[in-house]
Amino acid sequence: MSDLSDNTLLHMYRQMLTIRRFEEKVAEFLSKGMIHGTGHLYIGEEAVAVGACSAINPDDYITSTHRGHGHCIAKGADLKKMMAELLGKEAGYCLGKGGSMHIADVETGNLGANGVVGGSIGIACGAGVTIKMKNLKKVVVCFFGDGALNQGIFHESANLASVWKLPVIFLCENNQYAMSTSNKLSFNIDDLSKRADSYGIPGVTFDGNDVLLVYQQVKKAAQFAREGGGPTLLVAETYRWKGHSRSDAERYRTKEEVASWRKRCPITRFKRFLKENKVASDEEFARIEKEVERSIEEAVEFAQKSPFPPCSSLEKHVYAP
Amino acid sequence: MAYIELTYREALRRALREELKRDEDVYLLGEDIGVYGGAFGVTQGLLEEFGPKRIKDTPLSEAAIIGVAIGSALTGMRPVAEIMFMDFITIGMDQLVNQAAKIHYMYGGKAKVPMVLRTPAGSGTGAAAQHSQSLEALLCHIPGLKVVMPSTAYDALGLLKSSIRDNNPVMFIEHKLLYSQKARVPEEEYLIPLGKADVKREGKDITVVALSVMVPRVLEVAEKIVREGIQVEVVDPRTLVPFDLECIVESVKKTHRLLIVHEACRRGGFGAEILSRVEESDAFDFLDTPIRILAGKDVPIPYSPNLEKAAVPQLEDIERAIREMLA
Repeated sequence: MSDLSDNTLLHMYRQMLTIRRFEEKVAEFLSKGMIHGTGHLYIGEEAVAVGACSAINPDDYITSTHRGHGHCIAKGADLKKMMAELLGKEAGYCLGKGGSMHIADVETGNLGANGVVGGSIGIACGAGVTIKMKNLKKVVVCFFGDGALNQGIFHESANLASVWKLPVIFLCENNQYAMSTSNKLSFNIDDLSKRADSYGIPGVTFDGNDVLLVYQQVKKAAQFAREGGGPTLLVAETYRWKGHSRSDAERYRTKEEVASWRKRCPITRFKRFLKENKVASDEEFARIEKEVERSIEEAVEFAQKSPFPPCSSLEKHVYAP
Repeated sequence: MAYIELTYREALRRALREELKRDEDVYLLGEDIGVYGGAFGVTQGLLEEFGPKRIKDTPLSEAAIIGVAIGSALTGMRPVAEIMFMDFITIGMDQLVNQAAKIHYMYGGKAKVPMVLRTPAGSGTGAAAQHSQSLEALLCHIPGLKVVMPSTAYDALGLLKSSIRDNNPVMFIEHKLLYSQKARVPEEEYLIPLGKADVKREGKDITVVALSVMVPRVLEVAEKIVREGIQVEVVDPRTLVPFDLECIVESVKKTHRLLIVHEACRRGGFGAEILSRVEESDAFDFLDTPIRILAGKDVPIPYSPNLEKAAVPQLEDIERAIREMLA
C-alpha cells in the first residue's frame, strides 16, 4: 500500500481494535442487563468500516445502519458520547433519546445510524444531491447489509443515483445473514454485486475482511464519484461473529461455520501484515492495545457518571425551532 | 395595497417561484414536475425559469423521492417534493414516518429536516379508490410532522412560503377540486404563519370547523341560509399540526354550537381529535348541543359519480346538519 504511511496503517489498526474492544464491552453490558435496549454488534466486520472511512476525507458523509457502532468509530466518533448514548445518558450523542440504533454526528459527516433496514439508502442519495447542487466535491459512503439489498428503497435509490450520477458509494456489508435468514434463501445469485449491472453502474465483490482491499475499493469508487462518474455498488464479504442482537440462539448456523470465519479474523490478519512489513514492533502493538483499553475504560467511566436525561427533556426536540 | 386575482394553482406556483428566487437552497423534485408541469399543472413554467438542476424530474420512485428530500435537507438544502397523489405517500411511508418525522428528535435535536412534501388529496374527480383519499389523519398522528391544508389561493400562497422556510418536515396537502378556485391576493409578498386558524365568515349561531375543500362548501351553505337569518361562523384551521385550538374555543364560546366537517373518513379522522380537544377545553360549558362531526363515510372512494358524491359531505348534507343542530 504505497499511498498509506505507517502512521495511517497503525491508525487503521487502532481503530479496528477500538471497535472490537468497544463491542466486547457492549456485549458484556448487554449480558449483564446494563443496557436498557438492544445492541447489534459489529465484531468480525471491523475491516469494512475502517477500510471505507480511511479511504474518504473527514468531511465526506456516511450513512449507517442498525449495526452501526463500527461506522461511528471509524468516522471519528467520540467513544464517551457513544457509550453514554448506549447507556441512555444525557451526555450521549442524542441526549439519550436515540440509543444504539440512532447515533448520528452530523458535524463529522455521520448522517446517522438507522433502525430500519435500508432506511438510510435514500437519505444517502439526498446527501449526494446536496453535494452536486452545492458543488462540494464530497462523496457519501452508504453502509447497509445484505438484507437491505432486498428492500425496495435500495432499488429505487440505486437507479436514481445512477440516472443522476450521484457521488454515492453503496457499500453492502454482506455478513451472510439477514438476521437468521441465509443469503442462500433470499438471493438467487451468488455474487450480489451483479445487481449493479441492472442500474448501469460498476459493481465489485471482494473480501471484506481485508482492510487494505476495502480501502482500495472504496478509494477507487470515491475517486470515480468525485470525478462525476456516479455511484458504485461494492459488496464486502464478511461475517458477523455474534448473534443478530441481544436475543439470538443462533439456530440457523453451525459452530463450525462460525469457527471457520473466526479464523479469518480481520484484525489478526491486518496485524500479521503490519508485523511482516515491520510497520510496528511488538512493544508498539502492546502500547496500542493498552491505549485502546484505556480509552474504552474512560468512555465507560464517563458514561456511567453522566446522569439520565431529565423528564423535562421528553417533549423537547420533536420540532426544530 | 394592490391586489390581483390568482387561482389556487397559480398561487402555489407563485409561492414556489418566490422561494426559489429568494433562497438558492430551495429546489423542487417529483414525478413529471418539469416539462409536463406537474400532474395538476402547479409547476408549469418553473423548469424553463429555473433549469433542471433546481426543478428535478425523478424516476417513478416515491420512497426515493422522499428519501432524497430528507438526505438533502439534512445536509443543507430546502427541498420541496411533490407526490403526485396523496394516496402515493403510502409508498414512501417508511421515509416519512420512520425517518423524516423522527430524525430531529432521535438525534437529540442535532440535525434538522427542513423539507416540504406537497401532495393533492381528495375525491370528486372520478379517480376512484387509489387516487382520491384524504389521509391527513395518518400524518397528524406522527409526532415530528407538520400538516398544512389550505382551502384558498390566498392561504395556499402564504402557507406554502412559510412551510418552505420551516425547519421541519411539512406535509402540504392540496385539494384537486381547489386548483382552479380564484381568490384575491396582494401583489406584494406576504407570509401566513403555521398554526393560525382563520375565521372565514363570522356568525353567532353555530361554529362550523371545516377542512380543505369543505371550507368553500360550508361557506356556500352559510351564504344561502343567512337569508333566513341563520348566522354561521366558519373556521378554517388551515394547519392541523400545529393546531390553533384557541381560535375554535373562542368561536364556540360565542356560538355555543360546533359542527366539524371534513372529507376524510369519520373513523379515526381529525374531526374526532378536534371534538375531544374542544370537549376538554373551557368551551365545553358553553355548548348547548353535543358537538357533531360530518365526515366522509368509512368506505374506499367509489367510482360511479353518484356513489362518489354519497361518500363525502355535499352541500345538502352540510345544510341538513346545521339545521338539525339549530332545531
